[in-house]
Amino acid sequence: MSGIFDLFKRRPTANVARERLQILLSHERASVGQEGLVATLREEILAVIAKHIPVDRDQVQVKLERSGESSILEIDVTMPPVRVRAVA
Amino acid sequence: MAKVVVVTSGKGGVGKTTSTAALGAALAQNGERVVVVDFDVGLRNLDLIMGAERRVVFDMINVIQGDAKLTQALIRDKRLENLMLLPASQTRDKDALTSEGVAKVIAELREKFDWVLCDSPAGIERGASLAMHHADIAIVVTNPEVSSVRDSDRIIGMLDSKTERAERGERIEKHLLLTRYDPVRAERGDMLKVEDVLDILSIPLLGIIPESQEVLRASNVGSPVTLNAPISAPARAYLDAVRRLRGETVDMTVPSDKVGLVARLFGRRAA
Ligand SMILES: Nc1ncnc2c1ncn2[C@@H]1O[C@H](COP(=O)(O)OP(=O)(O)O)[C@@H](O)[C@H]1O
Ligand SMILES: [Mg+2]
Repeated sequence: MSGIFDLFKRRPTANVARERLQILLSHERASVGQEGLVATLREEILAVIAKHIPVDRDQVQVKLERSGESSILEIDVTMPPVRVRAVA
Repeated sequence: MAKVVVVTSGKGGVGKTTSTAALGAALAQNGERVVVVDFDVGLRNLDLIMGAERRVVFDMINVIQGDAKLTQALIRDKRLENLMLLPASQTRDKDALTSEGVAKVIAELREKFDWVLCDSPAGIERGASLAMHHADIAIVVTNPEVSSVRDSDRIIGMLDSKTERAERGERIEKHLLLTRYDPVRAERGDMLKVEDVLDILSIPLLGIIPESQEVLRASNVGSPVTLNAPISAPARAYLDAVRRLRGETVDMTVPSDKVGLVARLFGRRAA
């Protein structure tokens, strides 16, 4: 244990803990929310594609990437070769 | 109507098992029919804290796999006849705890008891997820410390999205149980205060359990602290928490074990 003089010198630390947590959690809550958003987007995009083309679930990738001020939504779909029927 | 409660936290070692035993016993002391369920497969400890480790014959996985009936696996407390324990398996593979199996066991326990208290394993993986899945009420055990608060925040997010209630679009009742609290250090500014943690996590407070040597003493002898030392500070805090859980309004205080200086100097036995 530190002596009585150290005790006077020591600054309280709980307020630092509080501020760090507030900043960290506001970030983490937002990114967890985005995970949910990506999952929802993926499901709905899958449903739209499946109406027209047979694709495997794992052939559709949806990514949301933060770059500076904006975010980029990337959708990557690997499709079976599309046959275009000649119109008679 | 039975209530299923999960005692959860994300972080390990914050007091989930201690709290499950203390709250379970306190509910039973109030005349409720209670079962405490250990979900920590491979690291079961609730049996030890309850003092029932030598009477474990079957566990939840035996019940799920049809090797034992639920009534054969339940262990009746030696002190309270309306308190039972369903142990976790110490040896089986975690995957043997299937979600259909858990659903069936919980449904059966709902028929037999007023309160089903589920002691969650640490982490945010499958085990924690299974423990919370059927809960009506969640008790989020948090220490006044940065990593515990962060993990509790994660768990609150899971409770709101991954539980059966959340999936049905219903609300899950969430309560904060702040444990290992030291009011002197908090006042000195060296520990997060109750208000800080409440502010950050913003769920209602169920109780404040002070840091106390009585918790270790109770675990040494295998008795929930509310039974082993009912007038001790942590026991009074748990008993108050249980009254709130049952819907009573109880003033929020941090009970203290403080004895006078004279008593401390002369002959207070050490833990
Ligand atoms: N209020 C308290 N005061 C002092 N020690 C405590 C308190 N609550 C829990 N402990 C101790 O903390 C340790 C971890 O508790 P435990 O209930 O096993 O946590 P978890 O189940 O969350 O891993 C144990 O050694 C226990 O005795
Ligand atoms: Mg535990």
